[in-house]
Amino acid sequence: MAKISFNLNGEDVTVDADPGTPLLWILREELDLTGPKYSCGIAVCGACAIHINGEATPSCITPMSLVEGRKITTIEGLSQDNDHPLQQAWTEEQVPQCGYCQSGMIMFAASLLNKNKKPSREEIDEGMNRVLCRCGTYLRVRKAIEKVIRENG
Amino acid sequence: MKKETKEKTGSLVSRRNFLKAGGGVAFAVAAYALLPKLDLVEGAPPGEGNLVEQKVFAWVHIRTDGRITIYNPAAEMGQGSMTALPVILAEEMDADWANVKIEQSPIEPDTYGRPGFRGGASMLTVGSRAVSGYFDGLRIAGAQVRQMLLANAAKKWNVPVSRLTTGPSVVIDKSKGRKISYGEIAGFMEIPDSAPKVSKHQLKDPKDFRLIGNADIPRFDIPAKINGSAKYSIDVTLPNMVYGVISRAPVNGSKPRLLNEKMIRGRDGVVDVVTLGHGIGVIAESIETALKTKERLVIDWSEGAKAESHNSESAPAEYAKIAGNPGLRGRDIANMGDATKALQSAQSKYTADYINDHIYHAQMEPLNAVVSVGSDGKSAEVWAGSQAHDGARSAVARTLGIEFSQVKYHPQYLGGGFGRRSTSDYIVEATELAKAAKRPLKLLWTREDDISYGMFRPMSLQRMEAGVDSKGNVAGWKHTIVGTGSRLLASGARNEFYDFPNQKIELRSVDHGIRTKHWRAVGHGANKFAIEAFVDEIAAGQKVDPYEFRLRLMKNHPRARAVLKKAAEMSDWGAKPKSGRAKGIAFGERSGSLCAGVFEISLEDGRIKVHRVWVALDAGIVVQPDNVIAQTEGCILMGLSSVLHESITIRNGRVLESNFDDYQLLRMKDVPDSVDVEIISSSERPTGVGEAALPIVGGAVANAFAALTGKRIRHMPFTRERISDVLGKTA
Ligand code: FES
Ligand code: FES
Repeated sequence: MAKISFNLNGEDVTVDADPGTPLLWILREELDLTGPKYSCGIAVCGACAIHINGEATPSCITPMSLVEGRKITTIEGLSQDNDHPLQQAWTEEQVPQCGYCQSGMIMFAASLLNKNKKPSREEIDEGMNRVLCRCGTYLRVRKAIEKVIRENG
Repeated sequence: MKKETKEKTGSLVSRRNFLKAGGGVAFAVAAYALLPKLDLVEGAPPGEGNLVEQKVFAWVHIRTDGRITIYNPAAEMGQGSMTALPVILAEEMDADWANVKIEQSPIEPDTYGRPGFRGGASMLTVGSRAVSGYFDGLRIAGAQVRQMLLANAAKKWNVPVSRLTTGPSVVIDKSKGRKISYGEIAGFMEIPDSAPKVSKHQLKDPKDFRLIGNADIPRFDIPAKINGSAKYSIDVTLPNMVYGVISRAPVNGSKPRLLNEKMIRGRDGVVDVVTLGHGIGVIAESIETALKTKERLVIDWSEGAKAESHNSESAPAEYAKIAGNPGLRGRDIANMGDATKALQSAQSKYTADYINDHIYHAQMEPLNAVVSVGSDGKSAEVWAGSQAHDGARSAVARTLGIEFSQVKYHPQYLGGGFGRRSTSDYIVEATELAKAAKRPLKLLWTREDDISYGMFRPMSLQRMEAGVDSKGNVAGWKHTIVGTGSRLLASGARNEFYDFPNQKIELRSVDHGIRTKHWRAVGHGANKFAIEAFVDEIAAGQKVDPYEFRLRLMKNHPRARAVLKKAAEMSDWGAKPKSGRAKGIAFGERSGSLCAGVFEISLEDGRIKVHRVWVALDAGIVVQPDNVIAQTEGCILMGLSSVLHESITIRNGRVLESNFDDYQLLRMKDVPDSVDVEIISSSERPTGVGEAALPIVGGAVANAFAALTGKRIRHMPFTRERISDVLGKTA
């Protein structure tokens, strides 16, 4: 066990954890942040995505040792009142179905737009390719992202 | 409470308990409802005799401030019923939707069930039946609430009810120009001893609907699903909770013997080890300890399980022999006229085999449940996502040998169901481990567990034979299905909308001893693929356009023709696609809904790329049009995923795939440029939409492939290897 300090959704926190434990379990089972989901555990589905210094990363393979000193954002910390432009577009396009993949979808989309304000269709598809959605919301995910891009002018 | 009154027939008399709201200001309306026989709303003259008294149910809660809570009885797994069902009730009640809140109903099938498959009341959410199964009952319930509100307002004003009408959450007295809100009425409302009778003519005319069919009513669950606050059972954490994982039989049916129990028990953080019939459970203080300990189990698995003999790669050859063996007889799904004779005397004959592999549900939330068993073993509390919440509650009671009422059940959102979550196996496992742990327990299936101990849509082979007479009519039709999974293979094999005068559809079952299960649209995925691809082959052989050919087969079915025509029109069927592309068409029915689609594809890099899809759907009255479109998009994409990528390989009974790296699902890059959906407007009763568009995908893609390459691809999924095989073979 080791003391690991980081910034979580704007607050400084210190947790006592095995440095090898994946961040996902600490977020979900210790810190009660259940927005990031477990689905594959091997970084191929995106359900567990969080931002590390603004970049979407699967938390299921991020060991606590890598978290020290970083800025971690989960879906819960993405906006104050669900008013991130992507969350608004998600509501307007009625994107989620079962919803289980959606934190990952939104966190990946936010990271994509952080890096590139106006991604093309191809760049959207490329950027979102790491998130699986079994319910098949992909078409609406695309539409919602394109809506944000349009509204950004 | 006078529970005894009139159990059998006639009107319901017992005064139902009021739902007490916290604080005491709020007043609850307990709505009595008689689940009508389906024919009440269908058109039989409404009379007492048509009302079958089923149960009393309390669906609505009106507060004095006007807020209304409507209880949703269905499992919410992404299909949207939790919004659609309350909309139906609110419509007839004339509620102001802006003030409606939805809550999950308690899991009490006697109160909140609908007529089940085998009689009795059921809360099973399967087969796209939530809206169609509850539609009449909820309309009646809503109308009864409205009647009670009207009666109370009439009494207050001392006027006859007939003078009053309603608007959104208000009772209106036009003659006096006055209004009273539902909230105000709730303040003095008296509940009659018997539920008011509602007859068909008191229900709204569908043209007056303002909520049903209103595309602007959003899904109720969306806000919680964009900020991580929606709770699935996997998100539940209880004080003092422990974690359970299970190492399950690698071959279905084999039994475990743990060889290193002492070492396992000695590990730090291990609470208990439990031997189950099909696996070894590990209970630990943390999820990481549970998972790491599971890796250390040394288990001797018994040999000789039936499933050991199953090899999915060689099964199609076996199946072909079974299909061709004239000495075998299976179970008839349909047998009309004389198919054998019609084939013999046909002018041209066609035959082809279609194959589909085992596929996996891949719901994104792996199976899990949280269970806490009382220290005396006489009570339990359960948090689970299930398509059979009532069945799960019973299963927990059975496992512990206690009463249904001793199990407190908290239904959660489901991170996908698709048929996998209508069985309670994982909830029973959690109960067994929680009982051993004597502490609240969260059972988690890893993704690897979820796949290797999956229950699959079974593989099958479909031998199709047809004979066409000199006039170009399909005179004889034979369809022989061979595979494991018995009745799962039968759904969708009938041709409800193609008239074949002589037909024989037969199921020849093989039992491999493996785990199989309903998978979104069940057997329709495989059967409609075979039927629709084969119909295309016959059309090509007859040199008739496949769209025209289907129209002819459907000549007695105007609704089906309208759907097919719509899809053709949307896709501009007659127009030539740009070079390198081709279109394919297919039709299917599922859960009473009719669906047709056109898919435009090309080959890229040796793989099928789907560019555009046009879908027409007739699902009767649609309650939530935008959600119906979303479900249809979802069906098309899940269908494409299964048709292009998905395959479970079983060797000597063992599942070879283990996670989403080797079990490929459709990803964003494979998603078509567009999927256009049009809903045929209808005033027929609603039919199921959660699966309706899925069955057309295999056939439409295979037919587009044939139009593009001149070659038939007959084995799903259409992987790069199979494509190159087909293209190479008779080049
Ligand atoms: S759970 Fe982390 S990527 Fe799938
Ligand atoms: S919404 Fe269900 S998995 Fe994406």
